[in-house]
Amino acid sequence: MPRINSSSELEKLRQGILANRDPQKPCITLCAGSACHATGSGDVAASIEAEIEKQGLSAAVDVRKTGCHGFCERGPIIVNHPEESCYFQIKPEDAPEIVSQAVKDKKVIERLLYTDPNTNEKIIYESEIPFYKNQERLVFGSNGSIDPKSIDDYLAIGGYSGLEKALSRMAPEQILEEIKKSNLRGRGGGGFPAGRKWEESRNASGNEKYVIVNADEGDPGAYMDRSLLEGNPHSVLEGLMIGAYAIGSHKGYIYVRQEYPLAVANLAIAIKQAEEYGFLGENILGSGFDFKISVHKGAGAFVCGESSALMTALEGRAGEPRPKYIHTAVKGVWDNPSVLNNVETWANVPLIINKGADWFTQIGTEKSKGTKIFSLVGKITNTGLVEVPMGMTLRDIIYKIGGGIPRGKKFKAVQTGGPSGGCIPENLLDLEVGFDELTKAGSMMGSGGMIVMDEDTCMVDVARYFIDFLTDESCGKCVPCREGLRQMLKILTNITEGKGNEGDIALLEELSEVAKEASLCALGTSAPNPFLSTVRYFRDEYEAHINEKRCPALSCKELIAYYIDPDKCQACMICARKCPADAVDGGKKKIHIIDQEKCTKCGTCFEVCPSRFSAVQKISGEPVPSPISEEKRIITGKSKEK
Amino acid sequence: MDNDRIDQIIDKHQSEASSLIQVLLAIQSENHWLPKEALKRISEKLQVPLTRIQHVATFYKAFSLVPKGQHEIHICMGTACHVRGATRVLDTVQDLTGIKPGETDLDFKFSLETVNCLGCCALGPVMEIDGKTHGKMAPGETADVLKSYE
Repeated sequence: MPRINSSSELEKLRQGILANRDPQKPCITLCAGSACHATGSGDVAASIEAEIEKQGLSAAVDVRKTGCHGFCERGPIIVNHPEESCYFQIKPEDAPEIVSQAVKDKKVIERLLYTDPNTNEKIIYESEIPFYKNQERLVFGSNGSIDPKSIDDYLAIGGYSGLEKALSRMAPEQILEEIKKSNLRGRGGGGFPAGRKWEESRNASGNEKYVIVNADEGDPGAYMDRSLLEGNPHSVLEGLMIGAYAIGSHKGYIYVRQEYPLAVANLAIAIKQAEEYGFLGENILGSGFDFKISVHKGAGAFVCGESSALMTALEGRAGEPRPKYIHTAVKGVWDNPSVLNNVETWANVPLIINKGADWFTQIGTEKSKGTKIFSLVGKITNTGLVEVPMGMTLRDIIYKIGGGIPRGKKFKAVQTGGPSGGCIPENLLDLEVGFDELTKAGSMMGSGGMIVMDEDTCMVDVARYFIDFLTDESCGKCVPCREGLRQMLKILTNITEGKGNEGDIALLEELSEVAKEASLCALGTSAPNPFLSTVRYFRDEYEAHINEKRCPALSCKELIAYYIDPDKCQACMICARKCPADAVDGGKKKIHIIDQEKCTKCGTCFEVCPSRFSAVQKISGEPVPSPISEEKRIITGKSKEK
Repeated sequence: MDNDRIDQIIDKHQSEASSLIQVLLAIQSENHWLPKEALKRISEKLQVPLTRIQHVATFYKAFSLVPKGQHEIHICMGTACHVRGATRVLDTVQDLTGIKPGETDLDFKFSLETVNCLGCCALGPVMEIDGKTHGKMAPGETADVLKSYE
């Protein structure tokens, strides 16, 4: 690779790459992100490549393994260019048909198309599928079209032009002004204005300053940062470089979870390629600006997503937070000014520099500008990553993009903001997403996890789940968080096990208050949120658990029993055979009964009972009806036969 | 793990005290656990007190101070998997292997861990064994998958 020393050389390189690319040349892009990989996209890629070779098309067709397309529910996904027809849930055995029909003969393969579950209509193009159609993919959009291992792919779509513009045509102060004007707010949780952080660091004294990418994405159910790093690492690097230039830093760190091996690998490749072209190193693009990046793998601690804890971890120590009377932007890593932003925040920077703050501020709401990537997961038809403009309503995200709740179930709540966030009930579904709007509703934006819950989800159990998570992840430094959460967990566990007492809710509220007031970092101060938001909107569920020993969602194991309705049971033996605990008694033509002593409440019988019978039921808050007599269990009549 | 290999890893990280976590991660990934001798060696080479190494090694989830079984089972307990029934998967694995999260069976066949999110939420509930992802698990399927590792 040649070293690029100036703006004109960069432009020449870009033109050279584009000249060698024929947009009309057939190309199959295939999602190779972590989720599709888990569903077998690696095997699909291998079989498509083999098939192309077998049919003698190696020179005529390109195969590009891209990052995450976002529609994880339907993976592995391929898009056939230049027609742009897209196919879902591809298996290796589909390869011959794809190559001969779709690529060679340019025919549409009906059976692999997306079928709209509501209209049963087959849809050929990505842009017409509701999941994609209703999104606005500014940051995430290139993920599906470029190979993250190829810097040339990134350059071909205009990559590093933001860096070039910043270095050759803008003074650091101008960049800072532009970011401030754009009102770009931190995408990692807090929503703190990035420009203000940058300015503070720029004005801080000290020769050594750092810029840091926070890729310690710890919120369960959130994986947008991973997908960005895996699928478009250069966009994050470019943003980081621009930020470094603006604040006068020459050293950057990327703190990425070691649980994300593909992100770590793709980052290493991207850094190496950027160094080879001279976008990293000394005298970048002949501007005199020097910059280097190191990758630090996080060893697994949720609290390290907090800025001061992350910086302590970078120094090679246990990541405990410290008081921030002096901001980390002034005294951070080794007491030097350090700007820490989330992956998505950095990835927004090149866009703002390229297109200007005026363009950016047109998108979004008054106080929350731009777009946000959410990971829409849980009880939702279209699980995946979605990028929407700030201000879209939760209802539109869940129903228009997410396709609603599967299996005809009823929506109950959506949990946003990770463990520190909260649950938003149905009557607030028309809430517009934005930093302040979500906080007002008792939740928060967080990093963008959006977990949809249906009528089968118990809200007390959800609160218990998050408090359990946070108890485990508390670093132990502050007593209200370490001990308070432990007590909250104990009480919540008791409630879900039917051992709750009157006064428990008040006690939980009191503990919450103390943890909120007296913890040092955001983990402790926001830890009671899962409880506070569920008790705010679903108090009746808490009361049912405590007073009636009943779980309204029929989910808490200790409070439910499985029961076979003798009037509905057709003695088909399916549940008896599948029961792992051998708790179903019955035989052919003998109505089945669950032995409550043996039953482990795993729910297998409930799931396997054919829906046309629906004989297995869950009951809560009332005694299990006693079994019918032995004689009555024998099925004689014709009507009872299968 | 011999001292030469440990030294190689330390040298790769420029023998800096700030690289402690990276060095431990490299040893953990190669050896699957951190023997006391290795920690002592690191302490000498990086000039970091052993107590601090112990602090780091017990603070972060990625490290294990005890040997691991032949197969490492990770059950995803992320929110998406949780609402889709991850607890049932965990219960089944506990019943079948007789071990709890954080434990290894006496034959060193299985080690069981829960993890907070594997980021494959579309496949939930997810169980990962030796890096291979098994999605949409229910108690029945869990038992079948486990049997295939016996």
